[in-house]
Amino acid sequence: MTSRSSRTTLTVNGRERTLTVDNRRVLLDLLREDLDLTGAKKGCDHGQCGACTVLVDGRRMNSCLLLAVALEGSEVTTVEGLAGPDGEPHPLQRAFLERDAFQCGYCTPGQLCSAVGVLAEAAAGHPSAVTGPEAEAGEPTPLGAAEIRERMSGNLCRCGAYPRIVEAVEDVVP
Amino acid sequence: MKTFDYVRARTVEEATAAFAAAPGARYLGGGTNLVDLMKLGVERPTALVDVSRLPLDTVDELPDGSLRVGATVRNSDLAAHPLVREGWPALSRALLSGASGQLRNAATTGGNLLQRTRCPYFQDLSKPCNKREPGSGCGAREGVHRDHAVLGHSPHCVATHPSDMAVALAALDARVELTGPAGDRVVAADVFHRLPGDRPELDTEIRPGELITAVVLPAATRGLPSAYRKVRDRASYAFALASAAVVLRVEGGVVARVGIALGGVAHRPWRARRAEEALTGAAPSRAAFEHALDLELSAAEPLRDNGYKVPLARSLTVDVLTRLAARSAG
Ligand SMILES: Cc1cc2nc3c(=O)[nH]c(=O)nc-3n(C[C@H](O)[C@H](O)[C@H](O)COP(=O)(O)OP(=O)(O)OC[C@H]3O[C@@H](n4cnc5c(N)ncnc54)[C@H](O)[C@@H]3O)c2cc1C
Ligand code: SF4
Ligand code: FES
Ligand code: FES
Repeated sequence: MTSRSSRTTLTVNGRERTLTVDNRRVLLDLLREDLDLTGAKKGCDHGQCGACTVLVDGRRMNSCLLLAVALEGSEVTTVEGLAGPDGEPHPLQRAFLERDAFQCGYCTPGQLCSAVGVLAEAAAGHPSAVTGPEAEAGEPTPLGAAEIRERMSGNLCRCGAYPRIVEAVEDVVP
Repeated sequence: MKTFDYVRARTVEEATAAFAAAPGARYLGGGTNLVDLMKLGVERPTALVDVSRLPLDTVDELPDGSLRVGATVRNSDLAAHPLVREGWPALSRALLSGASGQLRNAATTGGNLLQRTRCPYFQDLSKPCNKREPGSGCGAREGVHRDHAVLGHSPHCVATHPSDMAVALAALDARVELTGPAGDRVVAADVFHRLPGDRPELDTEIRPGELITAVVLPAATRGLPSAYRKVRDRASYAFALASAAVVLRVEGGVVARVGIALGGVAHRPWRARRAEEALTGAAPSRAAFEHALDLELSAAEPLRDNGYKVPLARSLTVDVLTRLAARSAG
């Protein structure tokens, strides 16, 4: 028996989808080409830019390097799924608007999903490379500008909107 | 990308059996290196045996105080683990200095150890590369090699191993647990990766079909002052030009135990045994550290364009040792 494609069920932005996917399909292409969710962007296609960042089971990942078949049963959230059920923008989306944290906007969906992940990781006490040794394991990590810059380093912005992006994320830090 | 079969393994036995049944198979962890290389055509597996959901996703304290890290524990979870942060801080720091938050959320312990070199010739099918295609030549040796090895390289390959995690594991005397067709075995982390010699296609001591099941952090290095420092072209999200993982215990004014591994300078994490020998029993001082690193680095053979790595590795390692010694002293 060969199985060059596989039947896969995953939940995307709250909606369950069962699809037959070519084993070669990465999540990014599945979202953009099969599900018409074009929010996640293809920048490099090699894990080097972060434009394709989505949340998988609540954790930010590069969708260009995730094989869709391997995600059976996962919950995927893309930028299209960040708004509340009533269409209310996510606080980060609002902050990006208020801070003017983008120019061309190509990196923005990835920046937003990544920032959602950053807030969750810090709340769960995950350290970063710039977290001081005094930080208590298991306690939420406070997020200043240096922490945000380091944690968001996997998202490149060709327009160089970095200072505004950091400010927007700072606005939403609890 | 070439088509391939996909098998999701639920048990270790299922994984090794599925691998054995499919010539040309590869295990799939987080996929952050393998899928990348498949897109480039460097890897062309006939089948992927997905091991990312094996029940190897826990970090367990063993009765002797060591810590067993399952092969599918994600890099971000390992870096954040309270026992790792407390007991083996160099490992947490090494993990956090690698890749990005997104990649660390996907990358597994086993996959991180087995990630391939970032040598640009290795990734480019139009270029010669003995590691990708044995016998085709080494494009980097006389080509672009600013990021390449200064220690232990051979005429056949001058690549470096890119993992930060592996450098910390080598310094901390960690062990790699494997299972495969011929049974279970354990390999010390500092000799798990190989030097290229005349077989640069082999990165590690792993045998065909073997699966990494765990990495064990030994009780002997638990709680000792340890640190990791990495130098790169930009402050974050870049591979090491050079790095150092150091564990140091000073007792009664002399070095009682020291482990030093250098990253970004060789085909494997470079355990600096000569420097360690010179330091053991000596009074810790900047001069002693400099002398030890000079001994170690006297073996360096820089290429045309990467001589800078020798003083870089020396000064950053001396710096880490000096800071750790100050911490031990007071
Ligand atoms: C842009 C970018 C930047 C990066 N920067 C850094 C950096 O600065 N520092 C750093 O250290 N790393 C860096 N990385 C590399 C990253 O750490 C690795 O890609 C990752 O750790 C690999 O883990 P994985 O689980 O995704 O492996 P996979 O891609 O799934 O697998 C890698 C290899 O391991 C094999 N394998 C996987 N699991 C097992 C197992 N249990 N037993 C046997 N074989 C197995 C696979 O067959 C494959 O050959 C970077 C990667 C990218 C894309
Ligand atoms: S250094 Fe090694 S990996 Fe790079 S081209 Fe030469 S043989 Fe290939
Ligand atoms: S498109 Fe995925 S990281 Fe660039
Ligand atoms: S806003 Fe243009 S790439 Fe970031």
